[in-house]
Amino acid sequence: MAPLILCEDLWKIYRIGDVEVPALRGINLTIDRGEFVAVMGTSGSGKSTLMNLLGCLDQPSRGRYHLDGLDVSTAKPDLLADLRNRQIGFVFQNFNLIPRTSALENAQLPLFYRGVSIKEQRRQAAAALQRVGLAGREQHYPAQLSGGQQQRVAIARALVGAPSILFADEPTGNLDTASSREIMDILEHLNREDGITIILVTHEPDIAGYASRELVMKDGQIVQDVRRAPHLSAVT
Amino acid sequence: MPAFVLLTVMTALRILHRNRLRAGLTMLGIVIGVGAVIAMVSIGQGARAAVQAQVASMGTNVIVIMPGSTTVSGVRGGQGGAVTLTINDAAELKKRSPLLSDTGWAKRDVMQIVNGNRNWNGPVNGVSPSYLTIRDWSFTSGGPFTQADMESAARVALIGQTTLENLFDPGEEAMGATIRIKNVPFHIVGVLAPKGQSAQGTDQDDVIFIPFTTAERKVFGSQFLGSVGALFASTEQSADLPEAVEHIRETLRARHRLGPDQADDFTIRTQVDIGKVQEGTSQTLTVMLFAIASVSLLVGGIGIMNILLVSVTERTKEIGVRMAVGAKRIHILTQFLIEAMTLSLFGGMIGVIVGIAGAQLTTVIAGWPTMISVDAILTAFLFSLAVGLFFGLYPANKAARLNPIEALRYE
Repeated sequence: MAPLILCEDLWKIYRIGDVEVPALRGINLTIDRGEFVAVMGTSGSGKSTLMNLLGCLDQPSRGRYHLDGLDVSTAKPDLLADLRNRQIGFVFQNFNLIPRTSALENAQLPLFYRGVSIKEQRRQAAAALQRVGLAGREQHYPAQLSGGQQQRVAIARALVGAPSILFADEPTGNLDTASSREIMDILEHLNREDGITIILVTHEPDIAGYASRELVMKDGQIVQDVRRAPHLSAVT
Repeated sequence: MPAFVLLTVMTALRILHRNRLRAGLTMLGIVIGVGAVIAMVSIGQGARAAVQAQVASMGTNVIVIMPGSTTVSGVRGGQGGAVTLTINDAAELKKRSPLLSDTGWAKRDVMQIVNGNRNWNGPVNGVSPSYLTIRDWSFTSGGPFTQADMESAARVALIGQTTLENLFDPGEEAMGATIRIKNVPFHIVGVLAPKGQSAQGTDQDDVIFIPFTTAERKVFGSQFLGSVGALFASTEQSADLPEAVEHIRETLRARHRLGPDQADDFTIRTQVDIGKVQEGTSQTLTVMLFAIASVSLLVGGIGIMNILLVSVTERTKEIGVRMAVGAKRIHILTQFLIEAMTLSLFGGMIGVIVGIAGAQLTTVIAGWPTMISVDAILTAFLFSLAVGLFFGLYPANKAARLNPIEALRYE
């Protein structure tokens, strides 16, 4: 079976005026189903750019990216949108919930664009909220929830469509230690129990400690790629 | 897709509800545009209906033939100034044209009318009995005079409502009363039902009818016996009017011995001609309305576009999130188009209410007749929807073309 993610000599070059700025310089990477990968690196190392490419939000300037056996490096915007909708879930540092919209409706969003019936959208979104421990908070607005709870709504939204990969970009960056641990426990559980592949961008070593594989980026290249047993008690 | 549209409409309604003031101000242009159209069309149609009622009050399928001509330049005695039409013309017309169901004639003069100690200066018409049938006059009491009255030059009179009010005290019985016209006593045998204003604006109820023969011999003192002020004819079908007019023209030209290069010495008019003048007026009104409506709807549309551009900017991050979870361009486009159309539709609905209220208010305050037009409401409604669609397209497209990464990063 093809690996879930296969990158071959992936380049991303931004053009600022007349100057070409390479953000990614020849990434070769394979990630299999069920992995829990932490991507580390200083800001400007290219980890966000890599996330955007792997998350089908952007396309490479050069090279090939195969997602689940499908070459998406030159896919049309609508196909990318469809892949994001069905294969990928995002969790962002600043939650990115739609304001003044209930937790349930936020969690419904991917299904909304999938053309599922309203009843089914609600049922699955409620189930997703329950999985992240927010049963009973369906009608709360983001502003009525704590940061940790908001991030859990975001996780519910990311997993409601049963994606194969979950991208988490500094998911604990705006949270206190206790909330961070809750969030990481949920992600760890999703990876271990449900087999969801998780790619986590962080610059905190103890958050990265949850992962079973660690990539370190520098100047648009992967400079270190280690697999190890995760130390689950990282944030104690 | 239906679930998507339904939820999008709900979302749009919620967003508009949240920004009530802003949405309300944005809709104002559409409200004024649609309201103006509906109010003005109602007033215009009311006026037209009133005119049509006036034209109809002439009688059905009436042809009026006046002596003299208005179509040739040079010094003339004015319309009706010449005495070129006679009773014999009327008899001949009926004989020649099978299309004419009836012909009648009338001659009028303004006279002093006296009842006891009250008097009134008003038009007195000497008419043939058929004239009353052609003009569709009806009676509140009594009835028309007869052919026998005509032949005997009887001193009988029919009185119109306005003349009645001026000659009789309220409650005083007019039927059977005796009035004097130019010192000749007349018995009132019929009181006419009111007809209101004519298409030319004269009060048709300010009138006395007496038999033509009586008028000629005892009141007016005509130089030429049998000369009439105007001839009247009617047809069974309104479609026959043009042909009947041609029959009349040919007959009269032959009787008056007019050569091919001579102009008519009479004028023929039908209700259709009178209606045409009114139509011209209402067309001017329609063009003006259209201009007002176009400008207001244009301004309203620009308002909608403006507010949507603001909304797209404000919600850039939200658009980014929606794209990240799988919204395609068409989804984002549809969402903003639905918001634009919701705005314009609401504006249109409020505009319809404002327009109807405005029309009713005009009726109450100015006393103008108004008629609410369903066509105008539907058109204005569809138009406001189209405005929303058209002016929503640019902002919606702008939103749909956002780059998801940049949209997500937008603060």
